[in-house]
Amino acid sequence: MSEAPASSSTSGRTAVDFNALTRRYAGLFLPLIIVLGLIAWPSITGKDITRETMFTVLLSIALASSLNILLGYTGYVSFGHVVFFGLGGYVGIYLMSVQGWSLWLAMAAGGLAAGLLAFILGKAILRLRGGYFALATIGINEAMRATINNMKIFGGPVGMTLNFQIYKDYGGAAQALWLSFYILSAVTLVVVIGSFFIRTSKFGLGLLAIREDEDAAEIMGVVAPNAKTWAYVLSAIAPGILGVLFFFKNGSIEPAPAFRLHFSIEMIVMVMLGGQGTVLGPIVGGLGYQSLRGFLLTNSIFKNIQLAVAGGLLLLIVLFVPRGVVGWLRTRFPKLRRVLI
Amino acid sequence: MILQVEGVSKQFGGLQALEDVTFDLPEGQIMGLIGPNGAGKTTLFNCISGVYEPTAGRVIFRGEDITGVKPYYIAKKGMARTHQIVRPLEELTVLENVMVGACFGQEDYGLREARHVAEEIMGFVGLSERAEQLAGSLNVGQKKRLEMARSLAAQPYLLLLDEVLAGLNPSEISQMVDIVKAIRSERDTTIIMIEHVMHAVMNVSDRIVVLDYGKQLAEGTPQEVAENAKVIEAYLGDPKLAERLLQEGG
Repeated sequence: MSEAPASSSTSGRTAVDFNALTRRYAGLFLPLIIVLGLIAWPSITGKDITRETMFTVLLSIALASSLNILLGYTGYVSFGHVVFFGLGGYVGIYLMSVQGWSLWLAMAAGGLAAGLLAFILGKAILRLRGGYFALATIGINEAMRATINNMKIFGGPVGMTLNFQIYKDYGGAAQALWLSFYILSAVTLVVVIGSFFIRTSKFGLGLLAIREDEDAAEIMGVVAPNAKTWAYVLSAIAPGILGVLFFFKNGSIEPAPAFRLHFSIEMIVMVMLGGQGTVLGPIVGGLGYQSLRGFLLTNSIFKNIQLAVAGGLLLLIVLFVPRGVVGWLRTRFPKLRRVLI
Repeated sequence: MILQVEGVSKQFGGLQALEDVTFDLPEGQIMGLIGPNGAGKTTLFNCISGVYEPTAGRVIFRGEDITGVKPYYIAKKGMARTHQIVRPLEELTVLENVMVGACFGQEDYGLREARHVAEEIMGFVGLSERAEQLAGSLNVGQKKRLEMARSLAAQPYLLLLDEVLAGLNPSEISQMVDIVKAIRSERDTTIIMIEHVMHAVMNVSDRIVVLDYGKQLAEGTPQEVAENAKVIEAYLGDPKLAERLLQEGG
C-alpha cells in the first residue's frame, strides 16, 4: 500500500478508507443478512404462521445473543438467565395492566428492572467462579419464582391477565401481533449489532481476557469486577425488554412459564450449538435449534421427548464440538476468521 | 526511588512465607532476586503486584503507598509482571494478547494505538510472524516471550520478571538476556527479575537480593553476593562455582 504513487491522492484514499471500513465491519455482514432475511420472510409469504415461527426464531436469536455476552465473551455460565425474561415480563405486565402504562414505557421499565437486578447480582455473585456461579444463578431464578408466587400485587400463583381492551390502543389484536413482531425485529437487530460492537471494542477485549484467564487479565490491568458486572447488565437488558413484549403478546403471565428453568438451558444450547464467543454463533444456533425443535415437535416419535433431545444435543456439542458450528468453521478455515467473527 | 519495600511479611496460616523484607530500588536498575526454591520470591512478587496483601509492612511505588491495592489498579499505576508458569490467553491471537497489555496498562491505549504499540513490541521480542497465531499454539520459548511482550506493551515503569529464562534452551536464554538488557537501555524500565540461571542473573543485575526461607539473606552487587559466605552455604553451594558463574557471564 505504501508503494502507491503520490499522484493518486483523493481517489486512492477513499478506496483505502472503503477497504478499511469493509474490513472493520466484515464480521457484521453475515449476521445482518441472516437476521434481515428472517425479519423479511413473513412479509414475503404474508402468512401469519410464518410470522409466528419467525417470532420464536428471532426471540431465540435475541436471547441467545444476549446470553452470549456473558457466556461466550466473558466465560461465565448463567443457568438462570430466564430470570431476567420473567422479571421483565412481570414488571411490564404489572405496569400495563394495573398502572395503565403504554407498551413502550413498560418495555423500557422491564429492561431497566432486569438491568438493575443484574447489577445488584453482579456485585454479589460474580465473585464466584465456574460452577459456583452457575449454581447461584439457578438459585436466584428459583428464589425469584417462589417470591413472585407469593406476591399479591403480582397476582400470586395465578399471575396477571391483560384486559383485551388494551390491544385497541395498538390497532386491535391482529394488528398487535404484527406490531409485536416488528418490535421484536428491531430489538433483535439492536442486540446483534450491539453484540458485534461489544465483541470488537476495548471493553470486549477485556471480557475475552477475563474468559481466558481472569487472574492474568487482572494483572494486566483489566478491572475484572466492573467489566463482569457490566457484561452481566448488558446481557440482561434485552431479555428484560423481550419478556414484556412476549407476555404482552401472550396476554397473560404466570410464575411457572415466566421463570421456566429449561428455557435457560435451551438458551445455553443455542449459544453452544452456534458457537459461543462469536457474533454469528447465537444466530446460527437460535435458527438451528428452533428448526430442529420444530421438526421434533411435529414428529410423532419425538414430540414428547424434544427436551431430552435438547439435553442430548448439549452433551454431544460439549463432547465433540465445544466451539459450536461457527467456532468449528473458524478453526477449520482460519482465512474466514474476519468474516466469522 | 521507584519502589520501596518496607518490612513486608506474609503469613499463610502457620507458614511464614516472607519475614520482614526491606529494600529500596532506584529507578533504572535491574535487581536480581535469587534464592532456593520455596524461599518466597514469587510470594514477594505477589505482595508487590497486589495479588496478595502483605500481613505486615508497606509497599511504596513511585512515592505512593500501594499496600493492599488490587492488582488491576497497580497495573494502571505502571507496574507489569510476567508469570513463572506462563498464562497465555490461549484462544486469543498473539496480537490480541499483547493488545490486552497495551489497552489496560499504564497508558490505557485505545484499540487503534494499542495495535500499533503491540506490533512494535512484537517486533522487539521477535514474535511478529506469530501475530495472527492463537497464543495456545506457541511453544514454551515463544510463550515466555509473549508474557514479556504483554507486560512491556503496558509501557510500565517497573517490570517484574518471574523466571523468564526457566525452561529455555541456551540459545533462547541468550536471546532473552539480550531482550532484558535492551529493555533497560532502550525503554528506561526498571526491572526486578527472579532467576535461577545464575550466570545470566549475575551478569545482568546491578544489584541482587537473596531470599532464604522468607528472610533476606544478603543484598549487594553480584560480586558481593557471590562472595557472601551465607549465600554460598544456603544457595550457591560451592565457593568456586560462584566465581566461575561470574566469569561465565563476563
